[in-house]
Parts: sequence; C-alpha cells; structure tokens
Amino acid sequence: MRLSCPLCGDRDRREFYYKGAALRRPAPDADLDVWHEHVNLRQNPAGPLAELWYHEMGCGSWLTVTRNTVTHEIMEVALASTSGLGGPA
Amino acid sequence: MRIAGKGLTQGAKSVNFTFNGQHLMGLEGDTLASALLANDHHLVARSFKYHRPRGILTAGSEEPNALVTLGTGAAQDPNIRATTQELYEGLEARSQNCWPSVEHDILSVNNLAAPFFGAGFYYKTFMWPAAFWEKLYEPMIRRAAGLGALSGEADTDAYEKAFAFCDLLVVGSGPAGLMAALTAGRAGADVMMLEEDSRMGGRLLVEREEINGKPAALWLAEALAELQAMGNVRLMSRTAVTGAYDQGTYGALERVSHHLPRNHSLKGSHRPRECFWRIAAKHCVLAAGAIERPVAFRNNDRPGVMMAGAVRAYLNRWGVAPGERITLFANNDDAHRTARDLAAAGVHLAAVIDSRHDAPDSDLFPVLKGAQVCNTSGGKRLESITVRSVRGEEKIQTDCLAMSGGWNPSVHLTCHLNGRPTWRRDLLGFVPQPDAVPGLRAAGACNGTFSTQGALCEGAAAAAEVLEALGLQRHGAPLPQADDAPYRIAPLWTVPGKGRAWLDFQNDVTVKDVTQAAAENFRSVEHMKRYTTQGMATDQGKNSNVAALAVLADVTGRSIPETGSTTFRPPFVPVAIGAMGAGAADQGFKPQRFVTSQDVAEERGASQLEVGLWYRAAYFPKQGETSWRQSCDREVMYVRKAVGVCDVSTLGKIDIQGADAAKLLDFVYCNTFSTLKQGRVRYGLMLREDGFVMDDGTTARLGQNHYVMTTTTAAAGQVMAHLEFILQVLRPEWDVRATSVTEHWAQFAVAGPKSRELLNALLDQPIDSEGWPFMACGEVSVLGVKGRLFRISFSGEEAYELALPACYGDSLFRSLLSRAEGLGGGAYGMEALNVLRIEKGFITHAEINGTVTAQDLGMAGMLSKKKTFIGQAMAARPGLVDPDRVQMVGLKPIGAVKELSAGAHLFNPEDPVERIYDQGYVTSAGFSPLMGHTIALGFLKQGANRIGDEIRLVDHMRGLDTLCEVVEPVFFDPEGERTRG
Repeated sequence: MRLSCPLCGDRDRREFYYKGAALRRPAPDADLDVWHEHVNLRQNPAGPLAELWYHEMGCGSWLTVTRNTVTHEIMEVALASTSGLGGPA
Repeated sequence: MRIAGKGLTQGAKSVNFTFNGQHLMGLEGDTLASALLANDHHLVARSFKYHRPRGILTAGSEEPNALVTLGTGAAQDPNIRATTQELYEGLEARSQNCWPSVEHDILSVNNLAAPFFGAGFYYKTFMWPAAFWEKLYEPMIRRAAGLGALSGEADTDAYEKAFAFCDLLVVGSGPAGLMAALTAGRAGADVMMLEEDSRMGGRLLVEREEINGKPAALWLAEALAELQAMGNVRLMSRTAVTGAYDQGTYGALERVSHHLPRNHSLKGSHRPRECFWRIAAKHCVLAAGAIERPVAFRNNDRPGVMMAGAVRAYLNRWGVAPGERITLFANNDDAHRTARDLAAAGVHLAAVIDSRHDAPDSDLFPVLKGAQVCNTSGGKRLESITVRSVRGEEKIQTDCLAMSGGWNPSVHLTCHLNGRPTWRRDLLGFVPQPDAVPGLRAAGACNGTFSTQGALCEGAAAAAEVLEALGLQRHGAPLPQADDAPYRIAPLWTVPGKGRAWLDFQNDVTVKDVTQAAAENFRSVEHMKRYTTQGMATDQGKNSNVAALAVLADVTGRSIPETGSTTFRPPFVPVAIGAMGAGAADQGFKPQRFVTSQDVAEERGASQLEVGLWYRAAYFPKQGETSWRQSCDREVMYVRKAVGVCDVSTLGKIDIQGADAAKLLDFVYCNTFSTLKQGRVRYGLMLREDGFVMDDGTTARLGQNHYVMTTTTAAAGQVMAHLEFILQVLRPEWDVRATSVTEHWAQFAVAGPKSRELLNALLDQPIDSEGWPFMACGEVSVLGVKGRLFRISFSGEEAYELALPACYGDSLFRSLLSRAEGLGGGAYGMEALNVLRIEKGFITHAEINGTVTAQDLGMAGMLSKKKTFIGQAMAARPGLVDPDRVQMVGLKPIGAVKELSAGAHLFNPEDPVERIYDQGYVTSAGFSPLMGHTIALGFLKQGANRIGDEIRLVDHMRGLDTLCEVVEPVFFDPEGERTRG
C-alpha cells in the first residue's frame, strides 16, 4: 500500500503509523456520553472513511487520509492541521 | 536421453553433480530436472501421504513432485524444485520424505493402507484417546507425511531486500511480455521486465515456431538485444513476481545465487541467497502465461507420466527426450505440437491418444481418436498404459506418457486484491476479470489468448494503453507475424474407472477424495480444499485447482462457475522467510541503543539491562561480590551515605519552544506549567484522553518561551508522537514546536549528601544550596563546555542531574566516577536506582500500567480545575473516581524477613485466596539495605484508608504466601528534608 504525503510525495505504507478514524474532539465541557462516544465508539464503515495517519518515518506529519476500507482506494490525503479536528478550546 | 543437435544447451560445458550420492553429468544451462532426465533418472521423490514413487511432471515453478533437498547443516535447503534449480558444478541434491532411500522406502506400505487414508482421515482416525494425539499420533504423522525437513540450525545465508519504481512493470518475458516491453521501451517509458526463469523468452524458448519468418529463438535474441540497449528498460531474470498489493505495489523474489555453488564469491564478497523486491509500478502488464493441467486417470502419477508441454520443453530447450517410446494423451490440439516435435526429432512415438472423435490426423504418428488412457503400469518407472476405446481396452508399451488436459491461464496475481476470475467455456479455463487489480492489464496466455500471434498483439495493445495513460507517444513499429492457430479443446477432467486417479500430486489428493468430501457435505470449494488438503503446500495447486473444481462441480451437480474458485493469495512461489525479513535478522530485528557511558560500564563488568531498545547498566560488581544483591546494596548506600552517579540519558528529552509553549504544557499535563518560574523545574503528570495516566516526568523552564520536558524511558516515543498530535491535529494554530533531543545530551544523576561537593569540584562556577534550591535549573559549564544542571531527585537525597552535549558523555562519566570514588561513593545502576525510588514511593511504568488514574496514585490533587487538559473529561467518569478503586500503598513483611514479589496479589487474611476476593496487586519490590528487609509498592482497594492493616500477599508463580503490613508508600524521609539539603 502507498500513501501520497502532501509534503514528501508517494511513499510506502511502512513509513506511516496508523491511528484510526479522524474524529473532531468534543468541547471540554461536553456531556460525558459525547466523550464516551469520542473515545470508545467507532462506526467501522465498509466504504470511505477519514483516518489519521502519522508519517513517522518521514516528515513527521499527521495526515487525514480518506480511504475506502473495502477496496483500499485512497481518495484524499491532507495535512491534519487543515482538518479542524481540534474542536472547541 | 540427450538428442544430438537439439536444444539451446548444444555445445555447452559439461557440469558434474550428484543425486542421492550418485555422480552424474549435465550441461551448463540445464536445470536439475533436465539433467536428471538426460541421465534417464525418473524416480526423484516419494509422495506426501502414500510414499508413492514420483518423477518429474513439469518444467517450471508449478512442479508438485520433484522436490529435493540441497546442502547440509545450516545451509540445508528443503523443497527445492528440481525443475527450477539450475545446475552448477558440484551440486549435491538428494530425495526427501523417504527412508532409507528413494528406491526402497519403508513407508511405501502406506500405499497399501490407502483405503484408510482418504480425505479427512486425520480428523476421523486419530480421535481417541485424547492424550494420544500429542504423544503418539502427531509425532507419527509428522514423521510419515510431509515434505523436506529443516536443519533446525540458524540460517547462515545472507538475504537482501530492495525497492524499485517504474512506469511499467512487465511480469513475464514471453511473446506478450516482450511486445509490451518493446512497445513501452521504444516510447521512452521507465520499464521493468521480470522473468522467473533463468532466461528471458517464456514459451519462445521451448516452442518450435517462426516469428516474422525466422526461428523464434532468433527473433527473441534480437528483441532482447534491443531491450538491453535501451537505458530506460531493466530486465531481471530469476525474479518471480510473488504478489500484487494496493496502489501498484508488487512483491518479487530474485533468486540471486541459487544457481551458484554456495561458497561462490563475487569480488571477494558473498552474494545474498535471495533478494526480496518491493516494486512500486504506475502500471503493470501481466504476461504470466499459462500452466498445463493433468488429466485424472488411474495411476496417472507414475514416474514417466509428464505434462505434454513439459516434454516439448525438455526436447526443444534442453535437447532431452524423456523416453525412448513415448505416448501422448490429450483433449486439445496444442498437445499435438509435442507429438510433431518428437517425431521431427526422430523420437519414437508409440501412439497419440485423443479423447476427441474429431482430433486432427497426422502422417507422422498414429492418432487414436475418441480414446482414453485408463490405467498405467510399471514400478518406479512407467512401463505401459492401458487405452480404452470403442474397440475395448488395449495395452501399449511406453516409458513416457505426455499428457495434457488443456491450459489454465495464470490468473493468480489478478486475484490478489480479492478479484475473482471469469470462466470461459470455449477455453475451459478461468481468465482474469479486467481491472481486478487497478493499473494491471493481462495479456497473452494468462488472459486466455493462447496463440503466439495473439500474445504479441495483446502485449503491444496493453502497452499502448499504458503509454496513453502516461502521455507518451507510441512508435509505429509493425506487429511481428507469428503462428495464429486456434486453441481447440473438449472437456476431459477424469477418466472413469476403478482405482485412484490423482488430481493433486503434491498432497496425494485423488478424484475419490474430492467425491468423498462432497458426499460428506464439504461441497463449498473452500471446504473441499481444507478437508482434502488439495491445493496446499509449495505448489498451491497450480496444476490441480481447476480439475479438482471440475470434479467437485460434477459430483455436486453444479457448473464450474457456480462452484467458484478458491482464493489465490500471495506468494505465487514460495519465499524464504529470511528473504521477506531481510535486514531484520539478529540485531536488525531489534536495534540496540547505547548510552555514552556504555564503554565504562563494559570496562567495569557491569551487567546490562534491556530497557526498550536501550541497554543500561544494572549494577557495577566489585571484586569479592558474589551476587547482584551485594552490589546493589552497596550502590544504594553510596547514595544514602556519600554520592552515587548514574546515567539517566535514556529518559526522553523534548525541547519545547514558542510563544505558546506554556499553553501546550498546560494542555498536555494535568497540572499547571504556565505559572512555573524561569529557572525552575516541576513534576508533571499527563493523562490519555480516556482519563488514565499516560506518563510522568519533570519539565524545566529554561526561558520565557523555552521548556525542556523529560519523559520516562519507556514512553519517550509515545509522548513525542502525542505532542505532535496535539500540535498538528488538535491545536495547529498555536505558535509552538517540539523536538526530541534525547540523544543530544548525556545526562547523569549525581545523588547523595556529597553530591554538591562532587559537582563543585567539576563545575567552572561552584554552586550553593541558596542559589540552587531544590527544583532549580540553569546553565552551567564544565571545563568551558556549556551544559545544564537540574536539581531534581529520584532518590530522595540532595541530587542533581548534569547534562552535557552527548559527545562529552564518556569523559564526563569518567570524571564524575573518579571524583565520586574519592568521596566514598561511585557508580550505581538500575537495580540500586529502583530500590532508592521504591524507598521514596516514586513511580515508574511498573505503576503507570495503563489502568491507573491520578487518584489511584494519590495524585488526584494534581488534576487542575482552573484550565482544560487532555483526559480531563474522561478522568471525571464515575468509574474513575470511585472511592472503592485501588490506591497505591507501601507494603512491608510482618515478622521474620520475608521476600515480597512484584506480580503478587493481595487478599484479606480471613478470605479464601480466590479471584473474587482479590484486593489488589504488587507492582514493585526490592530489598532496602536501609530498612534491612524487603519493601514493596502496590495497589490495594481503598488503600489510603487501610494504613496499618494486615494483608495477605500470595504469589503462586514464586510460591510466596506471607502477611504484610500496609504502610504509606514513602518509606524513607517522608518530609523530604534530605532532598532539600
């Protein structure tokens, strides 16, 4: 499998560390149920999924990768810093 | 038998080799199989289950029978296919799975007991008594059945891995592959053409035909010369593509030196045995050809029964006739080429038996139409066949039967990403589904196009599509002209009759076994495969899959497409684990990290402790000390009474700078760092987002916008990635950067009542307790070298950590040690460090075990309420603040000094020792020379309220059962007076 890092270009997946679904962090004072869902529950869809990957053996970028979990087709790769996952402060 | 004037090995040098100890001679360019056949050697192996005599069936990597072992000892290579092993001077091969020899194999009695060994016999026969399985049945089966054996010694061969990139990967170098490579190469594309054989050319090497009016071999030589002259084309022989993976990644195995004697060296250096390639290709043309399949008839596995295409290959490429009186049995026109070639070479052809009534006639040999071979006889070599036709049965004397049930396109790679092949009724074979692997186009025989002309045409067309996608201009060279005979075939999978008819030669699976599997309701092809073992082991059913499927379809009353095919998985050919893991053997598997004091530690005979990838000194033995405990006790007392020096460089050090540095620390730690004064250090605790403790450590504020964080050794990488995650994903708008500087600094703890005295002998500017109070930090210099000094303590004594750039680590450690020894102290290692911190109740990752909260550690007060931080929300979950949770306590034995152990569990003295009564567990234990007994840290339910209670400690692993007193986790100097000096 190969991922196209926006900074480094096309690279082998061995350079990357996989974290999981790319989720927006809830507000600090959000309901405990919201936090429970954020930390523990995942949709695990068969199809496109936004994921977080870390270019650990490359430039050190955290990336948001949209991948089809059925075909492994990579539909989009972006720097996670542009994805607005931090949520309210 | 070698035929004069035939083959590409004409005039080649002779090569000596041995087979089962017998000295034989072959030619350069031979495979072991062709050389054995040239020596009239047919009996090569014994079969998997029945130990039946077996010969050479094929001429390629699909060979199921002729597996041999090469080499001895650590260099022993089992399951080498004689059909792909190139001959070299001095090659020594021997048969496997037979005893005492391939000629006289005791276990051939299995063949007589065959009725008991049908499909699923393992599952039915060896059921009772259960205890017999491990002791009797399994060892017996393992001894009786199987392929070659491993030596059991560590592999001494070298393996390599490599990466490559190209516009177009061409898999196979037959007519389709060559045309693809030529077309793309001429247009300037970056092309790699891989061929698993030692020579390029595919079927062009083994067929008698013409291209553009000249012999195919000549056209091939010209095409290869043209490709070799192109700077943009890479040709790799002896390289099999093993798998197709996502985004145009392909695995390939290059057999670098299997064709050379083992001690052969190139310019003095040994070549690797194999090289595993990972190739990233924008496009791929699969030109993998096709594999001929046998027909299942009674005793079709006898040595001398071979594939028709293989007989042709041995004749045309190696000039070898595998018999003196050859017969042919087929259901298709292609196989008649073998008969024509043999006749043209002057080999006696006894008969051609064709199951079709409309088979083509010949002037050169008799053709028995509408006839079938229904049995063979002979011992270790074929002697005769029985032919059944409308005229009845007749025996024909023959020493070699060439058979063909048609050709299976090599669709394997197109199925590696879960694609399923499509059935073509006209071909009686599976062909690839287009786009089954993105970017891969199949061409030629693997696509069901069997004529040479068709292959040339498809290869060129596939490359033309690739060129268009690449935006390259195609050169208008005309297509070469070649044979375009249609492929005519009629169904013939099995010949009905009594006895065993083999489908899978490698696993001894017969038509009966598949029928029986279906009768027992293993009707799904995947179930049938697992029940009968058809299609397993080294050949992965390359010969047998489709025929077995046809039999299953027949007995279950379904069509072949309805029955479906099993899943093709990588690798296409066997790959040594050593090749896949190249570079990762021994220390490559687990790199070693050494501290700058490593040399000193070694000089002093220090015992080493692995901490992650780091190696740290456990203790520094002195002469006369007989156990590690003696050394450890002495080192603990250095620190308590004088001064000790310990390398602490392995702790993670992260440099944090920027206008928002304080914000980051406030967010990542549960306590506050924005209020920390410059020149001061603070202890911090960080949580995971789920509210449990992630790591702890000290962070020093070196400047307004400059901090240096320390992490535990174990979590250094995790914390760094965590910070990057916050900076890039959660808070990208903050102006702050973090960089790991762990290896930039050599850092030593100098601990004990005489620590300041020692430092002042070394520092350019002496320090005092007022200027450098507990938790102070700042710049210092040692002999003009700038460094950092932190007054922090992991031992409870007045202590400092001195950091200099790593290049000075060795000399700094030596200076510190000699001065410490002058003051009655010395070096201390991890064992003493551990005892010192247990005495003070300081935690490590033994305590931060992923299930503990700040409250469990007695640090609930550190959870700031004045700011937000990672893990804050989830740390407030009811389950995490439950007062009934465990809390950290100290433990000391009651009565005579007894051992305590980490990992032991705690019970109320009156309760039974059962899981449901469990009260907690011990995390750390060590002998305190100061107290004179063992002390421990652990977690106990409501522990903070149970100080002074008695608790029972049980460790079943070490046989400990003892009463303890629950005490405060700080055993020594609870007020911290010694720390503050």
